[in-house]
Amino acid sequence: MAFDASSQTITAWRRENGRVGVRNHVLILPVDDISNAACESVANNVKGTLAIPHAYGRLQFGEDLDLHFRTMIGTGSNPNVAAVVVIGIEPEWTKIIVDGIAKTGKPVEGFSIEQKGDFETIRQASWKAKEFVHWATDQQRQECPLTDLWVSTKCGESDTTTGLSSCPTVGNMYDKLIPHGLYGVFGETSEITGAEHICQARAATPEAGAKFRALFDAYQAEVIEAYKTSDLSDSQPTKGNIIGGLTTIEEKALGNLEKIGRTSRYIDALKPAEAPAKGPGLYYMDTSSAAAECVPLMAAAGYVVHTFPTGQGNVIGNPIVPVIKITGNPRTLRTMSEHIDVDVTGVLKREQTIDQAGDALIDMIVRTANGRFTAAEALGHREFSLTKLYRSA
Amino acid sequence: MTKAPHLLVHDHADNVGVVVVEGLTAGTEMLGVVTHDNSDFRLVAKADIPIGHKVALKDLKPGDTVMKYGEDIGKMVGPAAVGEHVHVHNCKTKRW
Repeated sequence: MAFDASSQTITAWRRENGRVGVRNHVLILPVDDISNAACESVANNVKGTLAIPHAYGRLQFGEDLDLHFRTMIGTGSNPNVAAVVVIGIEPEWTKIIVDGIAKTGKPVEGFSIEQKGDFETIRQASWKAKEFVHWATDQQRQECPLTDLWVSTKCGESDTTTGLSSCPTVGNMYDKLIPHGLYGVFGETSEITGAEHICQARAATPEAGAKFRALFDAYQAEVIEAYKTSDLSDSQPTKGNIIGGLTTIEEKALGNLEKIGRTSRYIDALKPAEAPAKGPGLYYMDTSSAAAECVPLMAAAGYVVHTFPTGQGNVIGNPIVPVIKITGNPRTLRTMSEHIDVDVTGVLKREQTIDQAGDALIDMIVRTANGRFTAAEALGHREFSLTKLYRSA
Repeated sequence: MTKAPHLLVHDHADNVGVVVVEGLTAGTEMLGVVTHDNSDFRLVAKADIPIGHKVALKDLKPGDTVMKYGEDIGKMVGPAAVGEHVHVHNCKTKRW
């Protein structure tokens, strides 16, 4: 029977700002790398909290600092997060992040370590974290339309099977759900190389297409041309891609773009971690193709479920967003089954159509939203690498 | 569709296809399917080709454009006869 997206519901948390979250984290968020230890201590003291240590946040400036703040504020603001304790070395930058998260209406409190030390900071923050855990665990799931979700996508350890099966599965899901109000996003700027003309043509408007092209061209000029030694062949396609049968970046890019479906058109091109602001629909985001950098940027933009096609078997997860892995490669399913949530190996055998595979993915999105752990969650994969635009001061 | 194919091709304009079974050996008469319209064809493999790797659907010589998804994915830098393996040893991006 054909799937009816318009009537499908999930049970999830409706947040203060109206957004729908599928997890209920109390986050202990470091402003900077030197506050990681205090955050991890608080998370150890108070069960049901989650610290997300990271490597940056000091001596950044300009656009790079803007991106850091946008990523931190966006992560705390994500609807999968119920409440946030923010800890930084200094009060001023801590307050910028607290004030940014507070705009969502969710409980948030900041603590700074200077003139206090780790012990006293941890003591104060632990009391607040415990209060937040009691508050968050009192919040109930409620029925929400499936298409209130924001669902991101990025593939990894791609091979030729991703372009034939798991990527078009995601595209089919977007083609079915976006017309009913879903927010989608794809990115991976370097992985569009060779298919940039096709990507530009898939914009809903000439303005959105031109905006994509400007971001793509800037990446080519400022990153590839500035730093390449011979070509990208030593890292894009990756060695894993090549073992999987992908030969050129163009071939990889065409498979990558299968994720945006047949009928979907992106309505805007976003900076890294920028929240979509043009209403429901598909968006492009300027991101790295490295999974541990890309998924956090999409989460910081507000996406609450991630769909991840893999060919050779990527193991990525995220601290706050469930990452659903899809594979069509029978060898990967056999050798790495603990990492796979959706099996679309039937597509290569012509036993399963892309339409049926898309329905199987939607079913897994519903179950994941309702609380089923993804493979990455069960295995504790919480990769959270920040994107940095240039060296710190 | 009853029989599982050995080889999938995205588009009729393509001159390479993808092996989708494990352990394919030289001499196998492969069942190929074009996913665009589910049409099928037969082709004999001339080499042992791993799952996910490409097969030449016609004789390709250096300089030829390699087509997949109905699009240009690069150029041949070495020969591949029909049924032979196409990969980094004989195919390269045109970009760099």
